[in-house]
Amino acid sequence: MRKLIGIILLTIIAAGISLSLKEIPFGIPKTIIGNHFINKGIEETGAINIVTSVVVGYRSFDTLGEITVLFTAAIGLGALFSLYKNKKTVIYKEPASLIVYTGCRFLFPIIVLTGIYIIIHGHLTPGGGFQGGAIIASAFLLMYLGCTGKRINYKLSTIAEAVGGLTFITLGIVGLITGKDFLFNFISKGEPASLMSAGIIPLIYMAIGLKVGSELTGIIDNLIEKSQ
Amino acid sequence: MNFLSENIYYIGAFSLIFIGLYILLVKKNLIKVIIGFSILDTGIYLFLITIGYIADGTAPIFSKSGLKADRMVDPVPQALVLTAIVIGVAVLALAVSLAVRLYGHYGTLNLRKIKEQRW
Repeated sequence: MRKLIGIILLTIIAAGISLSLKEIPFGIPKTIIGNHFINKGIEETGAINIVTSVVVGYRSFDTLGEITVLFTAAIGLGALFSLYKNKKTVIYKEPASLIVYTGCRFLFPIIVLTGIYIIIHGHLTPGGGFQGGAIIASAFLLMYLGCTGKRINYKLSTIAEAVGGLTFITLGIVGLITGKDFLFNFISKGEPASLMSAGIIPLIYMAIGLKVGSELTGIIDNLIEKSQ
Repeated sequence: MNFLSENIYYIGAFSLIFIGLYILLVKKNLIKVIIGFSILDTGIYLFLITIGYIADGTAPIFSKSGLKADRMVDPVPQALVLTAIVIGVAVLALAVSLAVRLYGHYGTLNLRKIKEQRW
């Protein structure tokens, strides 16, 4: 009965959506604002990666909001597990073999380095703070899986998270004081396609990378350690 | 056949969305509901990217000279999806942790057996 109701509901929704999608053909330019970003993006923000110039140039205030959503989810997860009394069931953890342990310790710095590279080159190549932060968190996940028993330093992770968030807001307020808007690009834009270009965009992306990396690592830490 | 080949990306994206919605409506196990939520998310990302695509378009990055601005895909949906993926991961982690707590409290993941749950 429930399945039948579900299928009937979905059929009605599918019919409505297919009627409206008939007006939106696939593969033709649709938005005016997208054309403006592509034509004027380098001139106005200095970043040759237009997606970056949209995320932390034109829409950087929205990105601050999205960082806050991520922060709220991490806090909610931490609050859920901090009240959790597990029944002290001793789970015997088999230590990782020598090959796995050595492989993890060999790969860990390389993955972190790749993450940092992707964060710093966010305005030149595909990538940026979100992707690089996720890569850094995956390095810590590898450490948790391969080197059982090791844990991250809580204080250091909290400090990294706080520094990331505060840098973002401080850059915004400095822009408000020196320029005219919150998150105004107050550093000179430099020559496009060079590493030192695009003003505050790489700085904001570094702050985002720090924050996303430490928050996802904290989520992994909570899920692995507290839920056993 | 022509209709299918022209709209295959829309059909694929909405197949994922409807599979996710069906799982949300029908399945009893909480873990399966969370998996359905994740499939629904993926379908929405694919649909947003599909909306911004331009035929024979390149990525919106001026990485070398000679790339024409009028053949670049729309950067706005890509920027939206970029942040949405990270938010999706965080929300998924929150949902899984809620499932862990529910299992610790009720001893079951079956949504019909959880007492205060009326769906």
